[in-house]
Amino acid sequence: MPKRDDIQKILVIGSGAIVIGQGCEFDYSGAQGLKALREEGYETVLINSNPATIMTDPESADRTYIEPLTPEYLEKVIAAERPQAVLPTLGGQTALNLTVAAAERGVFKKHGVEVLGANLETIRKAEDRQLFKAAMQKIGLDLPRSVVVTDATDLKPVARELGFPVIVRASFTLGGTGGGIAYHFDELRHRVHRALEASPVKKVLLEESVIGWKEYELEVMRDRKDNFVVICSIENLDPMGVHTGDSVTVAPAQTLTDRQYQEMRDEAKRIVSEIGVETGGCNIQFAVDPRDGRRVVIEINPRVSRSSALASKATGFPIARIAAKLAVGYALDELPNDITKATLACFEPAIDYIVTKAPRFATEKFGEFPLDTAMKSVGEAMAVGRTFKESLQKALRGLESGKKGLEGREDLDDETLLQRVAGPSSARLYHVATALERGLSVERIAEVSKIDPWFLNELKEIKDFEKTLAASPLDAEILRAAKRLGFSDAQLARCQGKSEAEIRARRVRLGIRPSYKLIDTCAGEFPSSTPYFYSTYENAGDFLPAAAGKKRVVILGSGPNRIGQGIEFDYCCVQASKALRELGWQSVMVNCNPETVSTDYDASDRLYFEPLTFEDVMEIIDVEKPDGVIVQFGGQTPLNLAAQLAKARVPILGTQPAAIDMAEDRRLFGAALKKLKILSPESGIARTAAQALKIARRIGYPVMVRPSYVLGGRMMEIVYDDAALLDYSERARKASLHPSLLVDRFLADAAELDVDAVCDGKDVWIAGVMEHIEEAGVHSGDSACSLPSHSLPPSVLAVVREHTRRLALHLKVRGLINIQYAVKDGAVYVLEANPRASRTVPFVSKATGLPVARIATWVMMGKTLKKLVPPAALKGAEPPYTATKEAVMPFIKFPGVDPRLGPEMKSTGEVMGLDADFPRSFAKSQEAAGLSLPTSGSVFVSVRDEDKPVLLHVARALRQMGFTLVATRNTADFLERYGLPTGRVAKIGEGKPDVVDLLRQRGLSLVINTPSGKRARTDGYSIRRTALELDIPCITNIRSVNAAVHAIAVLQGATMSVKPLQEHYKSLPYPTQAGPARS
Amino acid sequence: MNDKAWLALEDGTVFAGRACGAAGEAAGESVFNTAMTGYQEILTDPSYCGQLVAMTYPQIGNYGITARDHESGRPRLSGFIVRELCKTPSNYECVESVGDFLKKHGIVAIEDIDTRALTLKLRDQGALRGVISTLEGDHRRLAAKARAASSMAGRNLAKVVTCEKIYAWENDISSQPDLHVAVMDFGVKRGILRCLAAMGAKVTVVPASTKAADILRLKPDGVLLSNGPGDPEPVAEAIETIKNLLPERLPLFGICLGHQLLGLALGGKTYKLKFGHHGANHPVKDLETGKIEITSQNHGFCVDLNSLPKEVKTTHVNLNDGTSEGMAHSQLPVFSVQYHPEASPGPHDSRYLFERFRAKMLEGKEAMSR
Repeated sequence: MPKRDDIQKILVIGSGAIVIGQGCEFDYSGAQGLKALREEGYETVLINSNPATIMTDPESADRTYIEPLTPEYLEKVIAAERPQAVLPTLGGQTALNLTVAAAERGVFKKHGVEVLGANLETIRKAEDRQLFKAAMQKIGLDLPRSVVVTDATDLKPVARELGFPVIVRASFTLGGTGGGIAYHFDELRHRVHRALEASPVKKVLLEESVIGWKEYELEVMRDRKDNFVVICSIENLDPMGVHTGDSVTVAPAQTLTDRQYQEMRDEAKRIVSEIGVETGGCNIQFAVDPRDGRRVVIEINPRVSRSSALASKATGFPIARIAAKLAVGYALDELPNDITKATLACFEPAIDYIVTKAPRFATEKFGEFPLDTAMKSVGEAMAVGRTFKESLQKALRGLESGKKGLEGREDLDDETLLQRVAGPSSARLYHVATALERGLSVERIAEVSKIDPWFLNELKEIKDFEKTLAASPLDAEILRAAKRLGFSDAQLARCQGKSEAEIRARRVRLGIRPSYKLIDTCAGEFPSSTPYFYSTYENAGDFLPAAAGKKRVVILGSGPNRIGQGIEFDYCCVQASKALRELGWQSVMVNCNPETVSTDYDASDRLYFEPLTFEDVMEIIDVEKPDGVIVQFGGQTPLNLAAQLAKARVPILGTQPAAIDMAEDRRLFGAALKKLKILSPESGIARTAAQALKIARRIGYPVMVRPSYVLGGRMMEIVYDDAALLDYSERARKASLHPSLLVDRFLADAAELDVDAVCDGKDVWIAGVMEHIEEAGVHSGDSACSLPSHSLPPSVLAVVREHTRRLALHLKVRGLINIQYAVKDGAVYVLEANPRASRTVPFVSKATGLPVARIATWVMMGKTLKKLVPPAALKGAEPPYTATKEAVMPFIKFPGVDPRLGPEMKSTGEVMGLDADFPRSFAKSQEAAGLSLPTSGSVFVSVRDEDKPVLLHVARALRQMGFTLVATRNTADFLERYGLPTGRVAKIGEGKPDVVDLLRQRGLSLVINTPSGKRARTDGYSIRRTALELDIPCITNIRSVNAAVHAIAVLQGATMSVKPLQEHYKSLPYPTQAGPARS
Repeated sequence: MNDKAWLALEDGTVFAGRACGAAGEAAGESVFNTAMTGYQEILTDPSYCGQLVAMTYPQIGNYGITARDHESGRPRLSGFIVRELCKTPSNYECVESVGDFLKKHGIVAIEDIDTRALTLKLRDQGALRGVISTLEGDHRRLAAKARAASSMAGRNLAKVVTCEKIYAWENDISSQPDLHVAVMDFGVKRGILRCLAAMGAKVTVVPASTKAADILRLKPDGVLLSNGPGDPEPVAEAIETIKNLLPERLPLFGICLGHQLLGLALGGKTYKLKFGHHGANHPVKDLETGKIEITSQNHGFCVDLNSLPKEVKTTHVNLNDGTSEGMAHSQLPVFSVQYHPEASPGPHDSRYLFERFRAKMLEGKEAMSR
């Protein structure tokens, strides 16, 4: 069957902001899908609220709507574009849920739009636990026993039937939100309540526990002719009970016999056919009882997923691309295998290596925490090796979480250790390693952890070899054996009490270097022409020479996503690769994050799926012998390697490491500012607590404190007095961070600005000036911001521009620089400067229509800004519309965490609102972030004293717009004193109903609560947390309240409209064609 | 270390590794198999007689050896080559480790060599003769031994692996059989016998040298021509038997070597493939239904379909290299496939062929009774 010609225009739905449970894998799948559809000549329309994506680049789709992912906005886009079909299976759970919601409103029927990939019945059968159960029973498959409940009143008989522990799952949620495990009755009742609140359809599934069973996943594809293939099987190291996104997973499955595996495959085939996955990819999870092999189906996702992205990277088979082609009518045997080019897509990849994925947890933000069925990791690293041992150790060092491989933690007594081994947590693997180091038997560890002995024996081999290492000289034989077990130079250095450089020198001298083998989908059976490599220590590599006569540049990626370093940096790396290729240079990508576009074999000329450590990167550089290396796009990860690389005489493209140092070193940077006569907050560096006190007293409280050399504002705090400062320095010491503390004057109530600029050594192009909505003191990654600035006068902005120009030139920047400013009482202060790509580069690119990262790359390649950037833009012309960025927070995933903003970054992703003016774009950004601003109802207000003047103004406005005000006694008295009638509610503990009761009764539509500066667990915490859990908008910052009030006024007055990027750009005062082609 | 082992190829290449099976020396034709599971079935598949089998999947033996997955009474291959053999297998069905199993049966094996490098060599140069030795590491002497190993072409290996006398296949499938199938054993896999029993047949296995008259005396409803090792041409007796069975209008179903022997009996030719098909992921298209099945394959020789009379039609095609994978006679109830519908190891997509065989036998029975 060829492709369908009855459709011409297809709407693709993206997945919105990056959140825990839904990461940048959907940019990878969406970008691939769009490309595949356009290749076939279809006109493509995209809706996605996330600007930090390759898919929302104006060149990725014909019409790009950066609009909120709600049924209302989806319908507006459909009404404007009139596509014949919509493809929802590439945008994760968000896209599927949106499709179901829109279908229920009759949107598709009304506009005559066909749903491709998975029809609505299929989505319902897969997502609704009751329908799923019935479907599985119909085809005779075994499932865990289960019961669906819609309220929490009569749980006793259910609990009796299923026995404890009971698994709680909320229907239609992503990443298992709202789910959990109940070990006793009270917990069950509590969890059911929470799950009911989380489930949009108010259905909760209670299930027989299969905790401790083995967990497997199959990534499968099916076409319209009922052809079925398994792309990849995955086995989890962590047994059932941990969300698969939080498990260490291995591909292919390791411990199933062929018969056991084929039976699972047979079941998968029956499942997709029964559920009706007609065209595309699908993920199926199974649990297997290790005692007798009983196999049950856990769940199915009728769409591409995080696991399918992993499977694509693990096998080389581009699932999303093929899924898009199947959706428009192709059959598997009509599509080529892009990797081999010689065979067809209709086959099952055979691999001759082992792939290990390890989750990256935000332990530096939220500590070590237990794991359950709700996903908590923020990113992942994948590694490829010829044995599990090698790939695991590579994956662990790829995580950049401080471990250089499978290293234990030595700080626990035996009893605690055994407990930590038994219960899944964000650090369990390291506890298991410690247990093995201490000689605990595999049997004992398997008994308490339920981790399959096969995995434990593999781990034991690593640990046993470590003992050999400590006791023997590092001769060629031992060294080679160590490398084959995946030991890093850094690990060997630690075992041998030597430096990493010494180990490397010896290794090089003995000629023990990695060989690079191909990921080719077929285990070497057919020649492959795609240079997709991994390293291993074997006799020979696969020789696939680079094109001769072309300049070659290595781009270092950003590794696993983490808070503070996410998709934005991958976006920049992909843009850099495009820029290089456009000028006929060869791009060589190095990264270990399987979710990304950068690790698509298509995104660069040559791809190395490798950890971003000095050792791994240097080996690639020795093989590739590039003309340059780009370190400024991958965030802190490659930047941390810059000095070492420069020392090894590796040519760094763009800003030189010495210049990077000048910006990063406080003293040098301070001197530079002084010389340029640019203000910065008074500050000092303290090595001891006493020194910190002295500095703080000199500067005056409040002060901003942070450890040197941290990412994403880790442990950055505003401190108001001596006691708090002493407490802080004690905590910093315990967290064993860098010993020196930076103490800055905190500019209270200042406006903050973020500026992204590109410098070619002669000219400076101010790509974007963004004004934060929140005042200084909220981490820039967590604050909303607008482009252009929404409140500052031109005179201030002119100073900011001039400062940026002078600083960039002085720091000898070649490429990107990001500078943060605070503006207080008309004075402009520089907070910090980073000569690298910032988190806001993609946002600025989307807002201005100019490819900032690509332009920066061309500058690094020696082109001049005058030739690259339209003159008006170079002179500072800004868009006539406003773009507002809003951060998306992960608080709901971390019970007990206070959902308030501060100097330490906690957001996982962002959205963008784009409209004619600031209030409209702000309204859209809130809607896109899932914070639906109400247009009527009651508002609870409670603010710190400093905010009271503004509150008065805001409260008056809200009254005028028809809202009812509610407050506790003091605030209510205050408001009434100024003639604003205010309803009263009891403080927590001072009678019933109190504020929390009122929230629970849904008596409030908006909460305004600005926390006081001092750290105290007050009523405020309970209010914020309750509002969060009930999904009631809660604004914790007075400037945001102000913006929200303006936005509400707009929402009350007018209906919002939609417009694609391509139309917005027509109103720009400059052409959006940029780059060498311009001249 | 005293557990060293070497693999030498006829072109002089030597891989040094570690012994992981029996001590000694074994020569044969080296081939690679890309299946990621099912090493036990491969080890015990008589079709590998005379071969050194390299697994491309690097970690072998993870689930050990089970009691239920043997394809014959003992391993028939000459030697086994892996990147890493698991010493501590884990699976609830596991009865012993692969290393112990190999030692018990005297199979020489080598691990810790670059099996991908070996695979690429075999892919580019074609199947090469080789020798695995745990006894000596002298490269020149080993290479000479590799060159002295016998080639697959021209050897009647079916004679080596076939059963000695006729026997009834005992199985644990309880349903009452309504058909009787005679299986010509050229090295039959138990997976085939299990599939026949599961579709409702009483199964009688006969040696490769059995004459047509002796088979007919068993009054079977159909004859299955089994898989087996090596080159079909030297298996002359069997070709003769098949020729004699053809006019009887008895349903015949050929698998792998059985398919090639049927091709020769029908007057066609066979030829040797460069490095053969050995794996569990080969896409095959059924030309009748247009559907794709993912198949299990293990053959170094192939039937040249153009050499066959025009009554013989191609029914299945390999999508990777376009080679013919199945044929059927338009007048006789005779068909065959080059691949393994019984799988073991591999996907079960092609088991419908046993139902096709069953339908042909029922048709034949009906015609007889009319």
